[in-house]
Amino acid sequence: MADLNIPLSEEQVSRLGLLDVVRLNGVIVTARDAAHKFLVDSFIDSKPKAPELALYDKLKGLLRDGAVYHCGPVVAREDGRYRFLAAGPTTSTREEPYEHKIISHFGVRAVIGKGGMGRKTMDALKKHKAVYLHAVGGAATLIADSVVEVLDVLKQDLGAPEAMWVIRVKDFPAVVTMDSHGRSVHEKVLADSSGNLNRLIGRAGSL
Amino acid sequence: MKHLEEAFVELIRLASTDLPVDVEQALRKAREAERDPGIKDVLSVILENVRLARERSTPVCQDTGVLNFFVRHPHSVSRGEITAVIHKAVAAATAKNYLRPNAVDAVSGRNSGDNIGAGFPAIHFEERDGEGIEADLLLKGGGSENVSAQYKLPDQDLGAGRDLDGIRKAVLDAVCRAQGEGCAPGIVGIGVGGDRAGSFALAKKQLLRPLDDRNPDEGLDSLEKRLLAEANSLGIGPMGLGGLTTLLGVKIGSCHRHPACYFVSAAYLCWAARRKKLVYAKDEVKIG
Repeated sequence: MADLNIPLSEEQVSRLGLLDVVRLNGVIVTARDAAHKFLVDSFIDSKPKAPELALYDKLKGLLRDGAVYHCGPVVAREDGRYRFLAAGPTTSTREEPYEHKIISHFGVRAVIGKGGMGRKTMDALKKHKAVYLHAVGGAATLIADSVVEVLDVLKQDLGAPEAMWVIRVKDFPAVVTMDSHGRSVHEKVLADSSGNLNRLIGRAGSL
Repeated sequence: MKHLEEAFVELIRLASTDLPVDVEQALRKAREAERDPGIKDVLSVILENVRLARERSTPVCQDTGVLNFFVRHPHSVSRGEITAVIHKAVAAATAKNYLRPNAVDAVSGRNSGDNIGAGFPAIHFEERDGEGIEADLLLKGGGSENVSAQYKLPDQDLGAGRDLDGIRKAVLDAVCRAQGEGCAPGIVGIGVGGDRAGSFALAKKQLLRPLDDRNPDEGLDSLEKRLLAEANSLGIGPMGLGGLTTLLGVKIGSCHRHPACYFVSAAYLCWAARRKKLVYAKDEVKIG
């Protein structure tokens, strides 16, 4: 088991291989569908505009050598402070059109989610030396335990699940399923299971 | 009706935080069956999470999904009144953080904040004989809904004709396509027949059945067993990371269809199969 402390270096990330079990520590940012679209539309595909420059600078600082977590949490507000109650990963493939741009623009070193991602993301992970970390889908209460502090919430107007929560995690459990060398557990499982499907339904497969 | 509202809040709390025992047992059996230590570990994390959620009364999964209520009521009870009670209970349960606010205006993207909106929550009514109200609640996450699929037989690509073997091929294809999106090991509810909407509704209703029940139709019963075994030989495994357990259950229902139509609908439910039942009669409440 490897401890990964944010900020992550290129060298640290390069050493990680498929199915390595890791525990993540440090400050990460949640982002899911609406946040990904917002980041790409507002900061990457067009020039950042005046009212959002401060937010842009803040995000640049947080994401450089940092981690994006595909998660829409359940958050309690108690005595003016936020606390994560449930915070498992959401399906990552929905962010496939955006993630490669975010990795390259912001210099993200780890994308955390579930289910893996496609070819564009894999190429970006390899090119920019980053990894995809798989968290256990549905393990929401357990993962919320690793969120030790909610530091900030950005773009709250997107609604609680879609806002970008800036959180400090300790011993966040995950496993590497796409490494920085262009390898993916998900590609292998897809190829194997597609072959098995063809056998079970008597279809001549292309594999 | 205040008493009934409180009962519905408790139904929602238990559905969100207390995974049904049959599902938990199936997950335990899966952990015993898996050989790879990494895959066993995934199931251990899941089981530990189930325990913690129950102990702390926090959501098993942060995606508390779309609430699907299936209400059976005597003819003397007003559906409008029950709907109003359910809406109040849903808003209260959201305020208590048993639910994540998930109702988003489809066009503006605005979150209503309390899980109430057009068509939200989904409430299905049926009239029943006798006194008292019964309600099943299914919390179905967005990831699992996204991978639900509908087939129109015959399907040339799958070589699936209009018979039990055609149904089998369609279901296996749906399970294979769900990998990486629905959280395996899941449960699939299958609806055969109906129009498109009816077929999906029937599929979703199958998800209320306990994992160890038997299909009263012999042909469908043996197809359920065969499909479970075959799906588990696909190699998708817990969380799609490979392994022996891709599904915990297959449940099939059928209804009449138009001669021209042959729909097979697969409603995928992730391992966090959150369902609970409320029985309310003579001011007595039972939830299980």
